[in-house]
Amino acid sequence: MMEELAVLAQWHNVRFMAEGLLITLRISFFTIVFSFILGTLLGVMRYSGHRLLASLAAVYIESFRASPLILLILLFRFTMPLKPVNSGTLAMTLFTAAIVGEIVRGGLNSVDKGQWEAARSQGFTWWQTMRHIVLPQALRKMIPPLTGQFITVVKDTSYVWVVGVQELTGKGVIILGQHGSTVQFFAIFGMIGLIYYILCLGLNRLGLWQERRMSWLTM
Amino acid sequence: MDRFAAFKWQALFRDWHILLEGLGRTASTAGLALLLALALGVLFGVLATAPWRSGRAVSRLYVNLIQNTPLVTQVFFLYYLLPHFDIMLPTPVVGVLGLGVYHGAYVTEVVRAGIQAIHRGQLEAALSQGFSYVQAMRYVILPQAAQIVLPPMTNQAVALIKNSSILAMISGGDLMFQADSWSASTGYYGPAYLTVWAIYFAICFPLAQLARRWEERVRLSRGGEVTAA
Repeated sequence: MMEELAVLAQWHNVRFMAEGLLITLRISFFTIVFSFILGTLLGVMRYSGHRLLASLAAVYIESFRASPLILLILLFRFTMPLKPVNSGTLAMTLFTAAIVGEIVRGGLNSVDKGQWEAARSQGFTWWQTMRHIVLPQALRKMIPPLTGQFITVVKDTSYVWVVGVQELTGKGVIILGQHGSTVQFFAIFGMIGLIYYILCLGLNRLGLWQERRMSWLTM
Repeated sequence: MDRFAAFKWQALFRDWHILLEGLGRTASTAGLALLLALALGVLFGVLATAPWRSGRAVSRLYVNLIQNTPLVTQVFFLYYLLPHFDIMLPTPVVGVLGLGVYHGAYVTEVVRAGIQAIHRGQLEAALSQGFSYVQAMRYVILPQAAQIVLPPMTNQAVALIKNSSILAMISGGDLMFQADSWSASTGYYGPAYLTVWAIYFAICFPLAQLARRWEERVRLSRGGEVTAA
């Protein structure tokens, strides 16, 4: 049994898996950053009450929210002149932005309307009120659902395997093809599971920490 | 837009039964997985609020392990694991197990939040009247929690239907798989993917709207307090 496990600890196998982890991290990072920016924009648009902007955002959000991620990843792979890892990241970003958009809208809705009236009466413009008064307060409400969504992003990177990107899960399946005894099977999947678990738990802690850090806002 | 040329659409509509088969597979898999998720969710959700420490621990373990690892990894795990023990299940069955266990963890959280939204006094009153814990749950708490739990549960159903496309990754013959293999053989990706998207939209959008309306009603009937997320 130890010999079987030793195979998996060989340097080239470890490096092989580490490459997969890096791809997972890279896709996660870019998806989280860009979907947060785009999603905030969408959420503010939908919340704004401006007829054209709001309906544009609504159409975007509803159509992306109703489609399976795999479909988007495949669609973008075959209709865009991009490398699979990039078309995959783009698909994930646009998909996640729709969900972030709804989270942002929910957060904005939770801020009391009186805040608007007070700020506007003090001469703040609409945008100033949004930026300095409403968004910061909404952000704190948004942290728990956002954390959940970003954890989902890390997990969903494994879908990009469908267009041939060898991220963490993909690499694991390849190694499995080479070293397939039952013991090795459990070692490989145990390791992959543990890595995802640590990543997700880390994000979760980060979210809790941010939430506590920002708690002064609503005290 | 030669990616969406008319003759490609014609080819798709000639082969429409392929998509229909896929839709049937998606519906049956998602339906069975939903039942499994509900069963697991109610069981572990009740355990999560039970007075027994070990019950709560088991429930936490289940939710934590499942929610923090990807569905793809879990389904691959089952897909490659079972043959090690000489268990040969058809891929849709692997899909039902994977999806059911995965969404069961989310349903657990929904059920837990629903139970916790019911005032503690209800349970105490029921117990004081001689109900056992299980009876109190069954006749007093769960029926009330059901109302609160309905909207987030519907959202879980939507997520499950979308996630059933995971079957495409293990050749499970679902809608996504059928469209993908059809377009791989013809090269007509545009029409196939667009049609599949329209089908998913037609199923998921109304359900999501329904959930939203229910959520609104529950919030109003409970005096504005937001419960089960």
